[in-house]
Amino acid sequence: MVGIVGTVPDLQFPLCHGPAKLIGGRLNIGGRDIPVNRGTPALLAAALKAAEWAGSREIYAFLVGDIGLGEGSRKLYAFLVDHLAEYSFEVLTFHYVQPDVDWHAKILFAIESMKQRPILIADAGFMYAAKMSGQAASYDFFTPDVGELAFLADELAPHPFYTRGFILHQNNQVPDLIRRAYQHDNAAAHLVVKGQPDYITQGNEVYATVDHPSFAAMEAIGGTGDTLTGLLTVLCSARFELTEAAVLAARVNRWTGVFADPNPATQIIELIETIPRALTGVMEHSHTEKPHG
Amino acid sequence: MIDFLRKRKEGRVTKKNQGASAGRGILVFENTSDVIQAENVLKKANWSVRVMGPPPEIRTGCDLVIEFPLIEELNIRRELKQVCIEPLSVVPVTAPLLEPVDLFQTKDFGDYLMVRAANMKITVAKKDFTIVNISGGGCPDVPYLAQEMVGKTLADAPRPRDLGHTLCGYALELAYEELRRKW
Repeated sequence: MVGIVGTVPDLQFPLCHGPAKLIGGRLNIGGRDIPVNRGTPALLAAALKAAEWAGSREIYAFLVGDIGLGEGSRKLYAFLVDHLAEYSFEVLTFHYVQPDVDWHAKILFAIESMKQRPILIADAGFMYAAKMSGQAASYDFFTPDVGELAFLADELAPHPFYTRGFILHQNNQVPDLIRRAYQHDNAAAHLVVKGQPDYITQGNEVYATVDHPSFAAMEAIGGTGDTLTGLLTVLCSARFELTEAAVLAARVNRWTGVFADPNPATQIIELIETIPRALTGVMEHSHTEKPHG
Repeated sequence: MIDFLRKRKEGRVTKKNQGASAGRGILVFENTSDVIQAENVLKKANWSVRVMGPPPEIRTGCDLVIEFPLIEELNIRRELKQVCIEPLSVVPVTAPLLEPVDLFQTKDFGDYLMVRAANMKITVAKKDFTIVNISGGGCPDVPYLAQEMVGKTLADAPRPRDLGHTLCGYALELAYEELRRKW
């Protein structure tokens, strides 16, 4: 089973956990209906589409309403600290939660108490907390975009908002930023750097790059990073090698563009709808197409 | 008269700003929402304050502090008290503070323009300045801001500084301001 932890942008949404479903283009968890926009709902919807295509693995979600005040996130942190040991996940993905170093440390302790350590993926706010706490190496995957990679590479920055200019200027030097992130122990075992190309790392080495198909407009579309993390989550649970899962996830995410024909005003749900076709296309070609490594 | 007092305030602060960091302090608040609100109030009143990163010893996660001239502490506290915002503490600046990102990147997609500040991107349609997408970021107010802003014009959409509560929200405000400044 796969676990996904995150927030929804609705202050009234209570802490909710259970198997997530996608019904008529909307998420459903415990009978509660959630529209699929960017953020954790987009990640979940992408994961559900991929799981359905793959013959269905259950996606178990832990969600709470939070609009940035952090109260919902703190409730969610507290719940996970008390209850994570009761669950068993192959992959556990943390997403949009308010970054909080103290709570992050407690979550890592709670993971230690699980019977089996899941593959750990951190994205968005939880990745920020993981880096800031100095415990990035506890994770199997971080999934930064290039701006967030610069933050990981800046050993002094507690948030991307404070990334120093001289590091931000290295935007075109992704391999240097990757090296710097590992040099200061601020990267997970693997990185999937979302950009053009996407970089997949293993240890401190670039394992592969994925650069096609390419749609410049996808950078502007809110949620394309979330869908990549959702795909990665499911593919990691599908008995692929972790690096192979990452390469496939990057490819599938790009292939959604082939079917959705995106422009900068395209909304993420339009790309999510095409995930099954993209998965079919990528899997058919995966034996002939080799990533650049 | 009010204008005169404001000018006096600005002039006074500018002078103090010319000193070393020994003359500066930071206002620490309970959460980033209070910082954003306090900054709005103080800037509207023409105090020359800066939003900065807190020193390592008081960082918890998604943090901002307001740097100000220490000598004006009482006046600034009074200004904030009028709008019921109380800093948790006031700390003298003893070491350089982290500065917020001030680099912007603009991408022209033909019919659309995208501006990025730090980890946040906002994209508008050139024909009518409707916000068509907001991307990047990792704090929970980002999906909320996207929900409230996408589909509205730059003029009609709520400002990130009014709805945002985190550093990502603040970065989006900077990208939004850059868009408005340029176009």
